[in-house]
Amino acid sequence: MGGLQKKKYERGSATNYITRNKARKKLQLSLADFRRLCILKGIYPHEPKHKKKVNKGSTAPRTFYLLKDIRFLLHEPIVRKFREYKVFVRKLRKAYGKAEWTGVERLRDNKPGYKLDHIIKERYPTFIDALRDIDDALSMCFLFSTFARTGKCHVQTITLCRRLTVEWMNYVVTSRSLRKVFLSIKGIYYQAEVLGQLITWLVPYQFAHDHPTDVDYRVMATFTEMYTTLFGFINFRLYQTLNLVYPPKLDSKAESELKAEHEEDYAMDSESYLEKLSALSASLARVVATAEEEENQLDHFPTEGEDLENMQAREKEQKEQEAQKRLFEGLKFFLNREVPRESLAFILRCFGAEVSWDKSLCIGGTYEVTDETITHQIVDRPDMDKQYINRYYIQPQWVFDSVNAKMRLPVEDYFLGTTLPPHLSPFVEEKDGDYVPPEKLKLMALQRGENPVQEEEEDDDDEEEEEEDEEEEEEEELTEEKNLKKMEDKRAQGKTLAVKVTPGKVKPWETGSAGNKVRLEQEEKAEEKRLAIMMMKKKEKYLYDKIMFGKKRTTREVNKLTAKRKAHEDASKAQKKQKKAKKQ
Amino acid sequence: MTKASATKLPRGMPTVTLESQKNGTMSKAKVKSAKKRVAEDDNDQLPIFDKDVTEKAGEEGDEDLSDSEESVFSGLEDSGSDIDDEEEDDGDDEDEDYDADVILDENLKNSSGVETSAEPAASDKSTPKQQDGKSASKERRKMKKGKGVAIDGRGEKGLTTTFQGLATAQQGDEYEHDTSDEEDIRNTVGNVPMEWYQDYPHIGYNLDGKKIFKPIRNKDELDEFLDKMENPDYWRTVHDKTTASDIRLTDEQVDLVHRLQKGQFGDVNFNEYEPSVDFFTNEVMIHPVTNRPQDKRSFIPSLIEKEKVSKLVHAIKMGWIKPRKPKETTPQYYDLWAKEDPNAILGRHKMHVPAPKMRLPGHEESYNPPPEYLLTEEERLVWEQQDAEDRKLPFLPQKHSCLRAVPAFSRFIHERFERCLDLYLCPRQRKMRVNVNPEDLIPKLPKPKDLQPFPTTMSLVYRGHTSLVRSISASPTGQWLVSGSDDFTVRFWEVNTGRCMKTLEVGGAVKSVAWNPNPAVCLVAVCFESTVLLLNPSLGDRLVVSSTDQLITSYEPPEEDKEQAVTWALSEGPEHNKGHRLTLTHPKAVKQVVWHGKGDYLSSVMPDNSSNLQVLIHQVSKRRTQNPFRKSKGLVQCVSFHPLRPYFFVATQRYVRIYNLIKQELTKKLMTNCKWISSMAIHPGGDNLICGSYDCRLAWFDLDLSTKPYKMLRHHKKALRGVAFHRNYPLFASGADDGSVIVCHGMVYNDLLQNPLIVPVKVLKGHQITHDLGVLDVTFHPTQPWVFSSGADATIRLFT
Repeated sequence: MGGLQKKKYERGSATNYITRNKARKKLQLSLADFRRLCILKGIYPHEPKHKKKVNKGSTAPRTFYLLKDIRFLLHEPIVRKFREYKVFVRKLRKAYGKAEWTGVERLRDNKPGYKLDHIIKERYPTFIDALRDIDDALSMCFLFSTFARTGKCHVQTITLCRRLTVEWMNYVVTSRSLRKVFLSIKGIYYQAEVLGQLITWLVPYQFAHDHPTDVDYRVMATFTEMYTTLFGFINFRLYQTLNLVYPPKLDSKAESELKAEHEEDYAMDSESYLEKLSALSASLARVVATAEEEENQLDHFPTEGEDLENMQAREKEQKEQEAQKRLFEGLKFFLNREVPRESLAFILRCFGAEVSWDKSLCIGGTYEVTDETITHQIVDRPDMDKQYINRYYIQPQWVFDSVNAKMRLPVEDYFLGTTLPPHLSPFVEEKDGDYVPPEKLKLMALQRGENPVQEEEEDDDDEEEEEEDEEEEEEEELTEEKNLKKMEDKRAQGKTLAVKVTPGKVKPWETGSAGNKVRLEQEEKAEEKRLAIMMMKKKEKYLYDKIMFGKKRTTREVNKLTAKRKAHEDASKAQKKQKKAKKQ
Repeated sequence: MTKASATKLPRGMPTVTLESQKNGTMSKAKVKSAKKRVAEDDNDQLPIFDKDVTEKAGEEGDEDLSDSEESVFSGLEDSGSDIDDEEEDDGDDEDEDYDADVILDENLKNSSGVETSAEPAASDKSTPKQQDGKSASKERRKMKKGKGVAIDGRGEKGLTTTFQGLATAQQGDEYEHDTSDEEDIRNTVGNVPMEWYQDYPHIGYNLDGKKIFKPIRNKDELDEFLDKMENPDYWRTVHDKTTASDIRLTDEQVDLVHRLQKGQFGDVNFNEYEPSVDFFTNEVMIHPVTNRPQDKRSFIPSLIEKEKVSKLVHAIKMGWIKPRKPKETTPQYYDLWAKEDPNAILGRHKMHVPAPKMRLPGHEESYNPPPEYLLTEEERLVWEQQDAEDRKLPFLPQKHSCLRAVPAFSRFIHERFERCLDLYLCPRQRKMRVNVNPEDLIPKLPKPKDLQPFPTTMSLVYRGHTSLVRSISASPTGQWLVSGSDDFTVRFWEVNTGRCMKTLEVGGAVKSVAWNPNPAVCLVAVCFESTVLLLNPSLGDRLVVSSTDQLITSYEPPEEDKEQAVTWALSEGPEHNKGHRLTLTHPKAVKQVVWHGKGDYLSSVMPDNSSNLQVLIHQVSKRRTQNPFRKSKGLVQCVSFHPLRPYFFVATQRYVRIYNLIKQELTKKLMTNCKWISSMAIHPGGDNLICGSYDCRLAWFDLDLSTKPYKMLRHHKKALRGVAFHRNYPLFASGADDGSVIVCHGMVYNDLLQNPLIVPVKVLKGHQITHDLGVLDVTFHPTQPWVFSSGADATIRLFT
C-alpha cells in the first residue's frame, strides 16, 4: 500500500465549516460583538448537508458557520472599532470611578463611532440587490418610527426612522408605485413595485406599544442601525432617479400654501417641516423642473408568434397598470378624524386623489369639510349628523378594496353604517384546486366586466346557483381526480348531495347504455391504475403516497371551508327568513 | 551597657532603701552607703529594679511617673522577649514552666540585688580602675556568653545573658561580701549547667580563690514534707539553682507572678483602656491659623499665564486654532451605488443563501375575513391547547365590524424580533424541491386488456362444506374438482355445474388433497392427521377408473420385506366401496401431499423441526417409501417436484432448497427474504418459482438468474396462503387472508436475455373473511384460464 494514512475529518466538508465558539475565538470577540458583527455583515449559520461529518462524528447540536464567512470577517475594519469602543467604555468607567468629570466630558466628546457605508456597499454590490432586500428594513423602520421617544432606544434612531419612512412614503406617492394594500389584524400591509421589484412592508396600527420583556432590543437596535443606513442610501438613490431633491423639499408652490397655517404651533422649524412632509398632501420639489411625468410609450418591435403574444400581454398589463395609477384621479377626499389619516392619505395620494382633513387633526389639510367639490368623505362611525348631498359617505375599506380590485368598486356596499363585505387578501393567488371564496369570484366577475348589479333577494338565489355551479365543477374535477382519492371524495360528494335535493338532475352515466359504457371505461382505467400502482417500487411508492397525501389534505381543507361557508349561509338565510316572518 | 542602665539609677535609689528596710537584712553601713550613692550618679543598677520603684513611686511622689513606667516596661519586656528569643534559639527541651521559673529567678536576683546593690557604689569609688577593667572583661565575657547562647543554647546561659546587668551588679558586690554567709547568693560560676557542681560542696570561687560553699542543705523528702506542713511560707519559697538556696518571695513578687499568670500587665496601675487623644482636633476652627496677610503676588496676574494666554489668543487670531466642529449626529447619505459594478461580488461566494422573504398574509389574516375562515368554537379550543409550534396559524382569525374597532396586535414586536432572530441565527440550507408529477411515478405497464385471457369475474360458487376448505385440486382433465375441509369430509365437484358428485367422510380434518396429474390414472391423495389416503373417486372414464384399480391390485409384494417408515394398507370391504384404495399410516401428522408429474411418485410432508423424518417420497406402484434426507434443515413448510427434471424443492421457513434426486445433492439454496414461507409453486417451464409468505409478500425467483428474488410483490395486505401457476397460460395467482385473489400475468420468455414480465391483471374478490382468514388455497383449471379458490367461509369459488 504505502503512503500516508488518511486521517478522518481533515478534508471535505469537515474543513469547510466552523462552529460558533471556534469562530468567536478565531475572531477574538465577545459573544455580543460577534452577534453584532454577524448582523451587520449579514453572516448567518449554514446547515451542512452531512451534519455528522462536519461535526467530526458527533451528533451534538451545534451551529456551523462557513469558514469562508468567518475568514472574511477577519479583515473587517469594524472589528477594530468594536475594540476601540470597548477601550472607550473602560476609560469612561474609570473616569467615572475617579469622579474626573472633565475627563468624562473629554472622553464623551471623543467617543469612537463607526460607519456602515462600506458594509452596505459590500453586501449589496448593486442597487437592485439592495432594493430586493429592503422588505425587512421597511417593516423595521416603520415599527421603530412608532415607538415612544422614551426608554427602549435612542431618540435619534426613532427620529431617523421616522424621517426615512416619510421619505419613502413620499417617494412612493410621487412615483405612484403602490400596488396592493391589505388591512390585517396585525397592521396594514403595503406592496409597491419599485424598479420592477415587489416590495412588501407592514405598518402597525397607530397605538402605543406594550413593550414585551422577552425581546432583546439590542438585537433589534443593531438591525435598525444597519437598516437605516441601507434605507437612507436607497432613498437617496430613488429620489435621484425621479429627479427629486434629497433630502426632500416641498414644492415651492405647495410650501407657500402651507406656510400660512399653523406655523406657530411648532417650536422648531425642522420639526414642522417633517410634519409637513409626513402630511403627504403636497408634491415634492424637483431638481429639474418638469411639467409632468411624460408618458413613456412602449416601443413597438416587429415580432411574430409567441413573442407577439407576449408583447401584447405585456402591453395590456402596462395599460392596466397605467389605469390603476390613475384610479382615484379627479376625486376629492375628505378624511374624518376617526380614520387612520396617514395610511389613507398615503394610499389616496398614491392613486392621484386629492386629500384633506380637519385642520386640528394634522398640518397640511388643504381644504375644509365645507368644500362643495368633495366627492367622497371617508367616515368610520355609525352615523353622521350633518351630511352633504353631493358626496359619498363611505367606510375606509372601500379605498383598500378598490385599490386591490384595480377599479372603483360600487360604493353602495360601503356606505355609512352598512355591514361591510369581507376584506380579502390581495396576496393570495389561487391555483386550481384551491379554495376560492365566493366574494373573490364575484370580484373577478366584476373585473371581467360582467354586470354585477343585482337586488338583494336575487343575490341569494344567484349565490345558490353559483354554488351549484361550483359543485358541478367540483364533480367534474372529481372525475378527473386520482382513483385513490375517489372513494373518499365520493363519500364527501355523497354528503353534499344528501344535504341538497336537486330535482331533475341525474348523473349522465346513470341514464343509458352510453353512460354505462363511459362508466365501465372509467372503472377499467381506474383499475388499471390501481394495478400499476401495485407494481411501483418502494421508494417511488413512498414519494407518490406523500404527494397524494398532500393533495388529499388540500382537498380536505377546501371541502371543510366550503362546508363552513355553506353552514354559515344557511344560518344567515334562516335568520333573514325569521326576520321577515316577524315583520309580517 | 552598664552606663545605660546607670542613667536610670536615681529613681531606683529610694526603693533600694525601702526594700532593704523591709527585708530587714540590711546593715546600717549599707544604708549609709546607699545614701552616699544618692549623690553619686554612676552606679550599676538594674532596670528591673524599677518595677518595685513604680510600685512605690506613687507613695514617694518624687519621681516622674511616665518615665518610670516606660523604663519599667522596657525592662520587663526586654527580659521577657529575650527569654522568648532564647527559647526559640534553643529549640531545647526545657520544661514548660521554665518561663515561670525564669521570672521567679529574675525576681530573686532582683531582690537579692536589692540587698546587695547598695554595696558596689562604695566599692566603685575605691576601685574605679579595677571596675573599669573588670567591666571590660565582663563585656568580653558577655560576648562570649552571647555566643555560647547561640551555640549551645543552654537555658542557664540564656538566663545569665538575660540578666547580664544583674551579674555585673553581683560581681560588683563581690568586693563587699568577701565572706559569704548562708544567705550569700552570689553566683560566680556564670551561666554553666549547675549539674557540674552537683557533686561538690561549693559553687564557684570568690575573688580570693576560696570556694563558695553551698548552703548546707541535707533535706530529704521527709524534711521537705515537714517543711511543707510546718512552714507557712513554704508556698512562696523557691529554690534557686544557681546558688542552691531557697528564697522566699515577697508579697509584691507573688502578686506580680499572679498577674503575669493571668496574662495581665505587670504594673497594677497601668490602664489599658485610657481614652484616646486625637493628634489633631476635629473641631473646625473659624480663624486662620496664621494671621499673615496675603502675598502681593496673589493679586497680580501671573506673567507666565499671561504669556500662555497671549500665545493662544495669537494662535486663534491667526486661525491656527479652530473651534471644535460640532459632531454630526445625522448620517450623511450619498449615491453609494454611483460606480456600481455588477461583477464585483465582493464578499459573497456561491454558498450564499439569501434569506427568504416573509410570508404574505392570506384571507384569514384580514380584519374582516370571509366567515369560513373564522375558527369555530372547537377549533378555537384546539388552537388554544396546542403548543405555539404546532399551530397551523400563529394567530386567531378575528372579525371586526369596522376599522375603528381593530385593536393593536399584541405580538407585533415579538414577530419582528423573531424575524430578526431568524435572519441572523437560523441556519440556512439550500433545498431543492423536487417537482414531480405523481403520474410520472406510476410505471408504464402493458394494459391488462392486451394480456387476456385471464379470469375476471366470479362465475360459480361451490357450497356444501361446513367448515374452512383447506385444500382443492382439479383433475387433469379439468372436469372434476376435489376439496378437503376441516369438517372431516372430502368432496368431489363437477366443475362446470357446481354439483357435488361425492362426499367422503374421513377421520380427521383434511389438510391437503392432490389429484394425480397423470390423466391415465384416477387417483386422489388425501391427507388427514397422520394418514395419507389414496382414493379412487370413480369419476370420469370408466376405463381409466378400472385401469387404476387394476394398477393397485396388480401389486406383488417383493420377496424381501423391507422395514419402512410408513405402513401401506390395502382397503377392503365397505371402505373399498367408498373408494378407498390404499392407506399410508405415517408416524406423525401429515400436512401436505404432492404428486410427481408422472403420477407414480408422491411426497408427503410431516413438519417437525427436530427430526430428519419430515419429508417422505412414496412410490405407489411398488408401495415403497423412502426418506430422502438424513438431516433436518429446519421446519419444512412445503415440497414440490420439478415438472420436467428430477429436482425436488423443499421450502423451509426462510429458504427454498433444490435437490437433485439422481445425484442426491443440494443444487441450490434460494434466499427468499421472507420471514415465513407459506406456499410455493413452480412454473411449468421449471425455471421460475414463486413463493408466498405470511409477511404479505410474494417472491418471484428466476432460477437461472440468481438465488435472490427477481421481484418482490407486495400486493396483498395480509398473509399469503396459496400461490399457483397456470399450466398453459402465462398466469399466476395468489390468495391471501385479505380475501382477495390477485391474478398476475407472468410471462416467461424463451430468450434468456429477456427478463420475465410480471403484470398484475386482476384483483378478484368474493370470499368473506371469517376468523381473520380469507382465501386458503388457489388452483388453476388445467386447460382453461380459470382459477379456483377455497376460503375460510366454507366455499369454493370459480373465477372465469
